[in-house]
Amino acid sequence: MKIVRIERVVRMAVKNLAQYKMRAGLTVLGIIFGVCSVVAMLSVGEGASREIQEQLQQQGSRNIWLASEKLPEEQLSGGQTNSSRIAIYGLTYDDANRFSRIVPNLESLTPSKKVRFDVRFQDRSKETEIVATTPWCAEIKNLRVLAGRFISPRDMEEGAPVCAIGARLARTLFAAYDPIGKNMKVGNDVYRVVGVVADKFSTPEFENKPPWFVGDEEQVYIPLKTYVQRNGDMFVRFGGGASTMEKVELHEVILTLREQDHVMQAAEVVRNVLRGNHSREDYQIKVPLQLIRQMQATRRLFNIVLGSIAAISLIVGGIGIMNIMLATVSERTREIGIRRALGARRRDIVAQFLVETLVLSISGGLIGLLGGVIIPKTITFLTDVRTVLTPLSFIIAFGVSVAVGIVFGLYPARRAALMDPIEALRHE
Amino acid sequence: MTAPIVELRNVWKVYATEGLEVTALRDVSLAIGEGEYAVIMGASGSGKSTLLNVLGCLDRLSRGRYLLGGQDVSDLDDDMLSALRSRKLGFIFQSYNLIPQLNVLENIEAPLYYQDVPERDARRRAADLAERLGLGDRIYHKPAQLSGGQQQRVAIARSLASAPLLLLADEPTGNLDSKTGEEILRIIDELNAEGRTIIMVTHDDAVAHRAHRVVRLLDGGIQSDEYTGSPGSLELASAANARK
Repeated sequence: MKIVRIERVVRMAVKNLAQYKMRAGLTVLGIIFGVCSVVAMLSVGEGASREIQEQLQQQGSRNIWLASEKLPEEQLSGGQTNSSRIAIYGLTYDDANRFSRIVPNLESLTPSKKVRFDVRFQDRSKETEIVATTPWCAEIKNLRVLAGRFISPRDMEEGAPVCAIGARLARTLFAAYDPIGKNMKVGNDVYRVVGVVADKFSTPEFENKPPWFVGDEEQVYIPLKTYVQRNGDMFVRFGGGASTMEKVELHEVILTLREQDHVMQAAEVVRNVLRGNHSREDYQIKVPLQLIRQMQATRRLFNIVLGSIAAISLIVGGIGIMNIMLATVSERTREIGIRRALGARRRDIVAQFLVETLVLSISGGLIGLLGGVIIPKTITFLTDVRTVLTPLSFIIAFGVSVAVGIVFGLYPARRAALMDPIEALRHE
Repeated sequence: MTAPIVELRNVWKVYATEGLEVTALRDVSLAIGEGEYAVIMGASGSGKSTLLNVLGCLDRLSRGRYLLGGQDVSDLDDDMLSALRSRKLGFIFQSYNLIPQLNVLENIEAPLYYQDVPERDARRRAADLAERLGLGDRIYHKPAQLSGGQQQRVAIARSLASAPLLLLADEPTGNLDSKTGEEILRIIDELNAEGRTIIMVTHDDAVAHRAHRVVRLLDGGIQSDEYTGSPGSLELASAANARK
C-alpha cells in the first residue's frame, strides 16, 4: 500500500516536471556536475591513497635506505696516480658495523655493492647491474623467486660463485634455455645461475606457466662475500669517454627496524653515525616513512581543496534546484489551491513538491555518477594519475544528491503547503 | 424530517487585516436539507464567497457552529478539514479549475488520489463519470484542448468522483455563453433530480429560478430565505429523501 502510494507520487512528480522539460533539464545539470565532481574527486583521492599505500609497501615503511653518492670531482680527495685517479667515497664496512652495533631495535641490515658488468651466456652478452648482497635481500627488496632459489646463507659463507638473475635478463640472455644450473660469465668470472627473481608487486603468482615471462628485472644478484673475494672494492667506471677508478665499499645499506615506530629514532642515530664517520656528505639517506608521511599530508590538503570544490558545486546545484522549485511553486499556486480544495492535506502538498525536487536531484545524481565514472577513467587514460572507483564513492554521491534534494526542496515545498487555499484558488 | 446536510448556527466570520476588522458573515444561521437545491445570491461584498468557503471547509468560522452531515466541523484541524473536503464535498468553480498537466481522466480522479482509492477503482470510476457527462471520447485530452463547456463538465465529473454529500458551485456558468451555460445548468438540475444536495452561488436571476430555494445575503447577513422553486422539484427532492 505504502509502496504503491510512493510509486504514484513519483509518477505524478515526473508528469508535473515534464511540463517544464527545458527547465528541469537545466536544473538537473547543476546536480550532475556536482555529483560528477564528488565522484571524480573521491576516485582521484582514492587513487592517490592507494599509490601511497603501495609505495609504503614497496619501499618498506620500516626501512631506512642509505646510498653512496659520488661528489663532484674537485671535492674528491683520494689517491692520485700518474695515469688515473682513484675516487674513494661512500658508505663503508665500518659504517655498517657501527649501525648493527648501536642502532636500536634493528631487525636486519642489508648491505649491497652495485656495479655494472657485461654478462655473457654463449654468444649473447649484455651490460647490466650486478648486486652483490646478502641472502635476506630478496625479502627486503620484495623479490619473488620465480624459479629455483635466491642466494643462500651457505653460498654466502662459502663464497660460492652463484647468482640469481632478474626475469628480463633470463629472457633476453637465455632465451629458450632454462637458465637454472647454467653457467654465466659476469665480467671475467663464471657464476652458476640458481634462480630467477622478479618484483613481487609487478608479477602476479603463476601456477604451471614458465614464470619468467613476466617481470622487468635485469639485475644479477650474487653473494657479497663472493664478489669481494674475487673483485675487491676497486672497480672501473666507464663513462663520458674516459674511465675512472673508484673505491666504494658499500653502494647501498638498508636498515630494517622491528616496528614503524622505531624508524624516526633510528634515523637520528644513523645520521649521527654518518656525520661522525664522514667528513663529506658522500651518502644519501632516505626514510620512506618520512616521505610517505609528507605525501599523506600533501594528499590531505589536496583532498580538502578538491572536496571544497565539489561541495561548492553541489551547493550551487542545490541552490539552482531551490530557485527553480520556488519559481515552480509560485507558478503553480492555483494548482496548489485546487488540490487543497480537492482534499490534499498540507503534507500531501509537501510530499508532492519534495518528491519533485528529489526526482530532479536523484536523476541528476544518477547521471552524475555515470559522468563520475567516465571522468576518472579519462583522467587515467590521458595522464598517469591513478584513479580508483570505490562502491563507497557511489553511495556518497547518491546520498549527497538525496540530501541536496531534501535540504533544498523542503523550503519550497513547505512554502507551497502553507499557502492559504482560498488565496491560492484566487491566484491568476 | 431528516437531519440537515448543512447547518450553520449563528456563524460569524471576521477578518482582521492590518488592524482593520471586516465582518464578512454576521450571525448567519442556515439549514439545508438533503436533496435541496439552494442558491445564494447577493451583491459583491455581501459575503456569498465567504459563505461558500465556510461551507466548503476552506475557511474557518470566527464564531458559531457548522454541522456538516450532522458532524460538528467548526473546530477540526487542517488535516481533518482536508479529509472532509476530499470525501464529503464536491466543488464546481466558475473558472473550472482543472489541473492543466493532467488529462480529463486524471483530473476526474484527482480527489480519489487523496483518499488512497486503489488506482484501478479510481480509473474505472473516472471513466464512468466521463462517459456519463458525455466526455467519453475526450478522456485523454488535456484541459487546454477542451471548450469551456467541456471543461466545466470535467469539473462536474470531478466533483462527483468521491460521491460527496454536498455539491458546492461557484457561478458555474459565469464564464460560459448562454447556450453552454444552459447545458451545464441542465446537468446540475439532473444531479439534483437524482437527489444530490446542491448549493450554488450566482448573481443571475434566471439561474436562481431553477433552484427551489434562494438565500439572499446583504452585508454578511441573511436578507431573505425563500422557497421559489417549482413544486415539481420540491417533490422530487422529498421523494429522493423518502427513498433513503
